[in-house]
Amino acid sequence: MARVKHESRWYPLESEESVLDGLLRQGVAVPNACRAGACQSCLMRALSGEIPEAARVGLKDTLRTQGYFLACVCKPIVGTELEVAGADALRVPARLESLTLLSESVLRVCLSTAAPFDYRAGQYVSLLREDGLARSYSLASLPREGLLELHVRLVPGGAMSGWLASEARIGDTLAVQGPAGNCFYVSGRPEQPLLLAGTGTGLAPLYGIARDALESGHTGPIWLFHGARTPEGLYLMDALRELAARHSGFHYRPGVLTGGSRDVAEGALDVLIRAECPKPVGFRAWLCGDSGMVLSLRKKLFLSGLSLKDLHADAFLPSAPRVEPVGAR
Amino acid sequence: MSTVAHEKSVYEQIGGEPAMAAAVDVFYRKVLSDDRISHFFEDVDMERQAAKQKAFLTMVTGGPSNYSGKDMRAGHAPLVTRGLNETHFDAVVEHLRATLEELNVPAPLVARVLAIAGGARADVLNR
Repeated sequence: MARVKHESRWYPLESEESVLDGLLRQGVAVPNACRAGACQSCLMRALSGEIPEAARVGLKDTLRTQGYFLACVCKPIVGTELEVAGADALRVPARLESLTLLSESVLRVCLSTAAPFDYRAGQYVSLLREDGLARSYSLASLPREGLLELHVRLVPGGAMSGWLASEARIGDTLAVQGPAGNCFYVSGRPEQPLLLAGTGTGLAPLYGIARDALESGHTGPIWLFHGARTPEGLYLMDALRELAARHSGFHYRPGVLTGGSRDVAEGALDVLIRAECPKPVGFRAWLCGDSGMVLSLRKKLFLSGLSLKDLHADAFLPSAPRVEPVGAR
Repeated sequence: MSTVAHEKSVYEQIGGEPAMAAAVDVFYRKVLSDDRISHFFEDVDMERQAAKQKAFLTMVTGGPSNYSGKDMRAGHAPLVTRGLNETHFDAVVEHLRATLEELNVPAPLVARVLAIAGGARADVLNR
């Protein structure tokens, strides 16, 4: 049995149990969302004890050296003890500035932070409500814009999205933690063709990355493919068409599985991409959204000649079901 | 013996780490496109899979490698239970040869690499 100390109390872990599951089971509130080692909502800091390397995969060096780890994938070795604390120091208070429906199912959430928040367009953050509810969202904004912009998909029964859509009020205080993720534009090869593809709110990071590339003076073609099941799933179409009208190198291609029209192609996203970019050798690509789509598209693009080092993927994971503490009603 | 000991490894002769990075893309694409063996190389984490293959290519070209025969056995044991056999091993070697040829590695060096790879057969197949 391993033991975890949190705020001067000891909590035993069952075998193969993660620090997050053990603490939640015993009634300790720890923010969390994906519970798969990806979103970084459950970051905690070790005050003493050994952290398995698996619990630090994907963390920036600055976080590693301060002892941060991902509680959801941290399974301490049997017989060891760990003393942990929350990641409050990494959280920045954020004020809700606006809530705008971009489509029937996507809400634009804009936030301002009291202190400057350093990030790259395309990275993601954890959004935390005052009671600790956490969800991970990609940033659609550019750092120079000041406000942080998130595109929140309205999930039926979704705890955070439901609250944002119906109860949250302008002026409410939340917190953001992060940023995280490697999906962002790096300048240096301005002539390289760029391929951005996403489904649903996977458009958020791509919208940031495309504009970041254009503002950084990218000269090569930029292809943005946005896929949805039906036309209702597409959003920001006017803004993207306008962007394409202003930049001859920027190509916006919305696509749907059913209900296509003169302006919206019909077919699977990978088929649309192949039609427009038949030989993507030498491209740089970003793929964001549904994890099945991201993984399958990454493989297809790799096989069609893209180099792995030029392929950036951000698979959106749904939040995992809540673990109720023992004895909870 | 002394002349052999001072002979540069294929790894050094073809350009070291940057050459391995380029070779991984070519090699990985070949094995992933081959229906006979692609299922052994499917991995949600493509970076991790690529890192494994880079370690393999580094080893068979005589580069700095921490791979031991024991690691090779342990690493492939789950694949052997999934049916990994001689045919699959030969297919991988075939892709290794094609990769090196595609990267214009001179024939004598290709032969040396294939000899090292062939030497791993018993460990890989857990014989």
